[in-house]
Amino acid sequence: MAEALLKVFRGNKDGGQSVEFKVPVAPGMVVLDALHYIQGHLAPDLAVRWNCKAGKCGSCSAEVNGRPRLTCKTRMDSLPQNEPITVIPLKTFPVIKDLVTDVSWNYKVNKKIPPFTPKPGASWKFYQDDVDRVQEFRKCIECFLCQNVCHVLRDHDKYDQFGGPRFFVRVAGLDMHPMDGVSRTKLLKNDLGIGLCNITKCCTEVCPEDIHITDNAIIPLKERVVDEFYDPVLWIVREIRGARET
Amino acid sequence: MAESGARTVKAPEFGQTLRGDSWWAETIPVVLLLGGFGLYATLRAFEGRFYEWGPYLSPFYSPLIDEHHRWWKLSPALLILGGPLGFRATCYYYRKAYYRAFFQDPPACAVSEWKRTYKGETRFPFVLQNIHRYFLYFAIIFLFFLWKDVFQAFNFDGKFGMGVGTLVLLVNIILLTTYTLSCHSLRHLAGGKLDCFSCATFGKPRYKVWHWLSILNERHMWFAWMSLISVGLADFYIRLVASGAIQDARIF
Repeated sequence: MAEALLKVFRGNKDGGQSVEFKVPVAPGMVVLDALHYIQGHLAPDLAVRWNCKAGKCGSCSAEVNGRPRLTCKTRMDSLPQNEPITVIPLKTFPVIKDLVTDVSWNYKVNKKIPPFTPKPGASWKFYQDDVDRVQEFRKCIECFLCQNVCHVLRDHDKYDQFGGPRFFVRVAGLDMHPMDGVSRTKLLKNDLGIGLCNITKCCTEVCPEDIHITDNAIIPLKERVVDEFYDPVLWIVREIRGARET
Repeated sequence: MAESGARTVKAPEFGQTLRGDSWWAETIPVVLLLGGFGLYATLRAFEGRFYEWGPYLSPFYSPLIDEHHRWWKLSPALLILGGPLGFRATCYYYRKAYYRAFFQDPPACAVSEWKRTYKGETRFPFVLQNIHRYFLYFAIIFLFFLWKDVFQAFNFDGKFGMGVGTLVLLVNIILLTTYTLSCHSLRHLAGGKLDCFSCATFGKPRYKVWHWLSILNERHMWFAWMSLISVGLADFYIRLVASGAIQDARIF
């Protein structure tokens, strides 16, 4: 049986190193299978977060050969056969142990976002055309690969000024919902720092659910921010309308 | 807030990555094409001649303003190129391309970049990216002039005809039109800004327009490159013909 050489990060928040493991490769095997083999046969204390092994829970995110991926959706035969396979934890978040990172910062950001708030007196009658867009955003499995690859967090550490692509997707799903009655545009500009995004599309490239994060969520939200804060003509229109209503 | 000090495996230096592929290769065509086009367009804009021949007018010089230098002493292209240049410079696709290729911000996904103060698009000059829709308005006006030039290019001394230059201008305007129609800002203004299509005035037609523009928008990158190449080639062809380097072939 063929063997693969895996270089897996072992360590904790104080540091660590890559450790080599030889793993037998079976047809159809994914990287998570290899990690389970290591746990079962070579290093029982290897920490790996996983749950469904079907690409739907978003738990097994890691960096395989330098690319943020779900280990359960990364087939071993899709990787170079004659080179070691490196598996390290998500770089953007603090390591707890081995491949497990502390992603709790994301849940703190999530709390900043006003939840779905129905319009007062809403009739709850809407059409498929109205919800086509938001259904794409509901596919998010919160694997946080987009947060991990986003250079605003990864390289510039803007944790206190920036929400990240995952939460732009969430805001898009709420703001574009036909029955939602709350505007989150000011939140996007001021608290979630959407202006820090320079739309380099890495989030879209790594999304395992193939959500068009940049084109369908971030850019439309940026345009909404422009409507409210940067478009002088719309500002004048709002002022005139406001003056008429008062 | 995440504790940055705890990210023990973070690559600290520019270009560091565990990616084994040639991640740097994807920036090469962008640098060559965008850089080459920028250089060529600048030279042509300042050249101020060889921009029209027979029924053909170079897209770099259209609309032609003050051709006889009554009040503008420099090349007439300099009066108008700010519009299309601004449209492309603030385009959401080109932003991705040049932030990666020229600013290395980031050089590629999951590749470390230089440590520096990062403000994204929140401060001058990049905050000006937010006026992309105003350049879109200019671009739409320019399209009318360029379509007029194409119709003009079928008119050979009052007779209907077609030359290679006519075809070149026709292909160019089709690509420029699709590039403009696939714009993210246009998609937003046409209907994307609505939360509820069925509740809005003219909601149904706006949904249809938004839907069709979204299909075009999925190919925005392709249209961006093709139209950039075509506009450069269209100008180059007319320059060759106008300077006498080649002769325009009449098809009929």
